[in-house]
Amino acid sequence: MADLSIDFCGIKSPNPFWLASAPPANSGEQVMRAFDAGWGGAVWKTLGDPIMNVSSRFAAVDLGTYKMMGLNNIELITDRPLSVNLKEIYEVKKRYPKNVVIASLMTETRDDWRVLIKKCEDAGADGLELNFGCPHGMCERGMGSSVGQEPKLLTEITSWTKEFAKTPVLVKLTPNTGDIVEAGQAAVAGGCDGISLINTIKSIIGIDLDAMVPYPKVGKQSTNGGYCGPAVKPIALHMVAALARDAQAGKVPISGIGGVSNWRDAAEFIALGSTSVQVCTAVMHYGYRIVEDMIDGLSEFLDAKGMKSVSELRGKAVGAYEEWGDLDLGHKIVAKIDKDKCIGCQLCVTACHDGAHQCIFTGAEDRDRPPQAHHPGKAKAPTPLPLGKHAGDRVPWVDEPECVGCNLCQLVCPVSGCISMEEVPGGKRETWNDRVREGRDKLPGGIHEG
Amino acid sequence: MNDLVSLLKKDRLETQLPDKKPLYGEGEAKAEAERCLYCVDAPCVKACPTEIDIPTFIKKIASGNVRGAARTIFEQNLLGYSCARVCPVEVLCAGDCVYNAWGREPIQIGRLQRFATEAALQPGQKMLFPPKPKNGRKVAAVGAGPASLAFCGHLAAEGFAATMYERYAVPGGLNTWGIAPYKLLASDSLAEIEWVGKMGVDYRMGVEIGKDVTGQKLLDEYEAVFIGVGLGEDSKLGVPGEDGPGVVGAVEWIRQMKLEKPASEKLGRVIVVGGGNTAIDVARECALLGAEDVAMVYRRSKADMSGYAHELEAGRKEGVRLVENAVPVAVVRDAAGKITALRVAKGASGKAVPGTEHDLPCDLVALAIGQSKLCEIAKQFPGVELDDKGRIVADPKTGQTGNPKVYAGGDCINGGKEVVNAVADGRNAARHLLAKKG
Repeated sequence: MADLSIDFCGIKSPNPFWLASAPPANSGEQVMRAFDAGWGGAVWKTLGDPIMNVSSRFAAVDLGTYKMMGLNNIELITDRPLSVNLKEIYEVKKRYPKNVVIASLMTETRDDWRVLIKKCEDAGADGLELNFGCPHGMCERGMGSSVGQEPKLLTEITSWTKEFAKTPVLVKLTPNTGDIVEAGQAAVAGGCDGISLINTIKSIIGIDLDAMVPYPKVGKQSTNGGYCGPAVKPIALHMVAALARDAQAGKVPISGIGGVSNWRDAAEFIALGSTSVQVCTAVMHYGYRIVEDMIDGLSEFLDAKGMKSVSELRGKAVGAYEEWGDLDLGHKIVAKIDKDKCIGCQLCVTACHDGAHQCIFTGAEDRDRPPQAHHPGKAKAPTPLPLGKHAGDRVPWVDEPECVGCNLCQLVCPVSGCISMEEVPGGKRETWNDRVREGRDKLPGGIHEG
Repeated sequence: MNDLVSLLKKDRLETQLPDKKPLYGEGEAKAEAERCLYCVDAPCVKACPTEIDIPTFIKKIASGNVRGAARTIFEQNLLGYSCARVCPVEVLCAGDCVYNAWGREPIQIGRLQRFATEAALQPGQKMLFPPKPKNGRKVAAVGAGPASLAFCGHLAAEGFAATMYERYAVPGGLNTWGIAPYKLLASDSLAEIEWVGKMGVDYRMGVEIGKDVTGQKLLDEYEAVFIGVGLGEDSKLGVPGEDGPGVVGAVEWIRQMKLEKPASEKLGRVIVVGGGNTAIDVARECALLGAEDVAMVYRRSKADMSGYAHELEAGRKEGVRLVENAVPVAVVRDAAGKITALRVAKGASGKAVPGTEHDLPCDLVALAIGQSKLCEIAKQFPGVELDDKGRIVADPKTGQTGNPKVYAGGDCINGGKEVVNAVADGRNAARHLLAKKG
């Protein structure tokens, strides 16, 4: 079984799975149950001066029958006294010395930071996470994402904390910014030991059209919240990768956050450079128990790939994340439809015709290509027409010369493995940046022609 | 015992039956797994005699961790593959799926379990449970059916030397030669036994305890003995004309169909006597094999039948007729002794009403009215007792009998239940023994 333990800027964790600073890490009782279930660490619900919360606080987007694809919240930081939280942190660390407890912090003045950091470290926290990400409520008070959005402020406050902290300092970044790399560099410039990202995305999740009030409703009002859950994973993956491949921001370890629901999501974050991952929404949906499959599944995956440790996976996909201009224009793939897996829904046909490049057809006759086709003549129907096991003569066929290999048909196909994209060998490698270098970057039909 | 499947003839009548619940493809399995709500304190788990953590294994299929799913299953039930295919999920796990309450189709738990476990059983797969170092402890099982397999497999995985003594030439008991082939073929059962065997289970085939080896010898040689002998011969009607060709016990007929009869065998008009699940199995098998006519004759009404309603319903769609309230009184034969009909009388509360006799023409009568108990085995082990129905008395939680060294489980203690009940018994006995100091 592969070694899942990690060393995150000196913080040792039995596995890369940490609870994110959020309701599941609100109290000692919860965190201890999470550690019993197998979580390697927890970032405590953000500490600071206790706040008052509103009712209600959460709202979600469902996708078909899948509930909570995206979750929005307007809950603030901890509403419990600091002394109580600190006592619980002390108790948890005493009982679970091998598990990681990181104190998430949010406050204002330099002196506030000094005092808060000292108290948390005295309580036994393994590290500190500066919450520069919360996009609702706290930012109106000059904290949270209002810091993360201002690189100079971000650097300055980070450098304060580094003066006071004996334990590693992680900066948690907000995605609500124009360029995440600028924010990451600012955090590193302030001397942080690690970066956590992403915090939630500023959002309005939906509207009660009868009451004409956005969700989540607080009586007849609402406010923008922070969006998270499976829906935000692609945004988070990009931001993690953008930092991982940046020479300056990529110097410190990354704790990846955003829609991690299972081992596969975690493996993706790690492959893009994360050392640990943090989870909230999936735990809010299904409970601490999900970590069992995260550990089991990641371990099985590493074994299957011949990797002895999770650290071998870290950053494995970063190198393949390149600029568009460096992609191979000569690489070509076309869609192939497995006639016996096809169930005849023909969603690929309409997707290709209306949403892509008009190269999937049905029926036994040759078909007219669209006027904008790249090749002359008709699309040739295959002979004999493919007869599918389930779909009979409803199996569509691909006009391969016209197929641009966009993947759309495969994406809409409900049957896994029915449409595959196969490489057409023989393309000559060439990139847009090659063409620019060689002065061949002007294509016919430009703005000044005709 | 690495190539048990080669013990079987290739040309077997059972191979003529279709697989009623074929293996899911990856896409199908994932789509179905995604449908599972991942309930907490799930009713499906409570309905499983081996308490498999069903939502967890399904969630693992959804996440793509299929090996992990198999491990979750096998940890609780080493025969999780055959149970996936054999279990009456309609009245167990899937029957309690919360979707039923909502009027929606329950999760296809059996098919998902097959998807996960069949992948793990493929040749070349790494062992899910690498055998632990030998602990020097030795156990034996009498009979090599599901209960004994679970007992020995679970203990072998923990480092015990486990040996099964089986009077027949092939192991597996009813799992190998008693299951409807559209659920599980004999070859599938043996493939699973080969897999369990890799844990380090040893087999002594063709050895009958009490005849070839005494119970005392086992008690002398082993720390504990597990009795998993199942049931005995098919019961008889006790009516005139019963003895002779054309009348066969149901379990015996299934065994012949699965192991001996050639694929070319043709069936004429068949009458199956009985109202339990074995009766329905035989009737469905005959109908699916193309018998000219298949009738189930039951002495009481449909509502009194012990067979599952969903099985009977499936059988009727396949062409099985049900003759209710009919009590067999004689088997009618021609001068040459060939069977021509089953004579029945109208049944009133299961008793024949005199003067209502009539003949149901047929070429074969299969008797599915129960099996005898193998009472003799108890005499081999001092302290092991039988109840008034001939069942071995064992603690329902631990399987321990009146002799603390002797455990028992499966049909020989419950009189005939599901494979999964037998597996639970074997596993529970193994866990009880494990908890004892070596």
